[in-house]
Amino acid sequence: MVDLIAKSPCDGLLPKTMDGISLTEVEMTSITSVAPFKGREGALSEALKTAHGMAFPAPNRATGKEGARAVWFSRGQAVLIGPEPDVALGRFAALTDQSDAWSVVRLDGEGVEEVLARLVPIDLRPQSFKRGHTARTQLMHMTASITRVGERAFQIMVFRSMSATLVHDLETAMEGVAARG
Amino acid sequence: MRITCPICGERDSREFSYRGADVALRRPSPDASEAAWDDYVHLRDNPAGVTRDLWHHAAGCSAWVVVTRNTVTHEVLETQLAADEVRA
Repeated sequence: MVDLIAKSPCDGLLPKTMDGISLTEVEMTSITSVAPFKGREGALSEALKTAHGMAFPAPNRATGKEGARAVWFSRGQAVLIGPEPDVALGRFAALTDQSDAWSVVRLDGEGVEEVLARLVPIDLRPQSFKRGHTARTQLMHMTASITRVGERAFQIMVFRSMSATLVHDLETAMEGVAARG
Repeated sequence: MRITCPICGERDSREFSYRGADVALRRPSPDASEAAWDDYVHLRDNPAGVTRDLWHHAAGCSAWVVVTRNTVTHEVLETQLAADEVRA
């Protein structure tokens, strides 16, 4: 029996720190897409509250907290990040394991919005994009999920196959902002 | 150009991909006449002015959006979910 070695998407690429802004990989955990069946959104939200302590997020919002989060992910879909999904959720929604499919990083530090402003075509400043807000949008040429998880911290998700590009693009933007002093 | 996605809000047009005229929402029945199918598959207007077309919010929430816009002034006049229109 071959002993396989698990590798995270950004293995060997992160962490990076520049001018007070740090880019780190979020430790790999369970990621499950949750797509409520027609008309069962309310029941699913209740089941999610009972099992994992957070409501099903409205569009462009995330619920829960560090370690157990539900992030709105597209029309009629959210992802549950952290806990293994309770079987009860399966009565109201289609659940699909996505754990190995996404690269999840955290960008943290003073002026973090200036870094993302170079890459993302939406306004991520705190007055319009607050804690608990999330967006499906682009980061350079990649589709991404971007969530504000703290006063100066964002969680960014892209397809796992794009991890190196993600790190490269973020690093280039961090360098650009740092060079301005 | 900026398009207001009914789900995500106002977004840059780079997040959308263009499908074409909204005729796709009015597919003829399978036993419709040859002329009706010819019209559906091949014939398109090319209006200078208000037009309705389908855009896919591919880099966002992945919804299909019916966009009413003016091809002369580039104004976007109205947007709605294609799903709502089909059900209505």
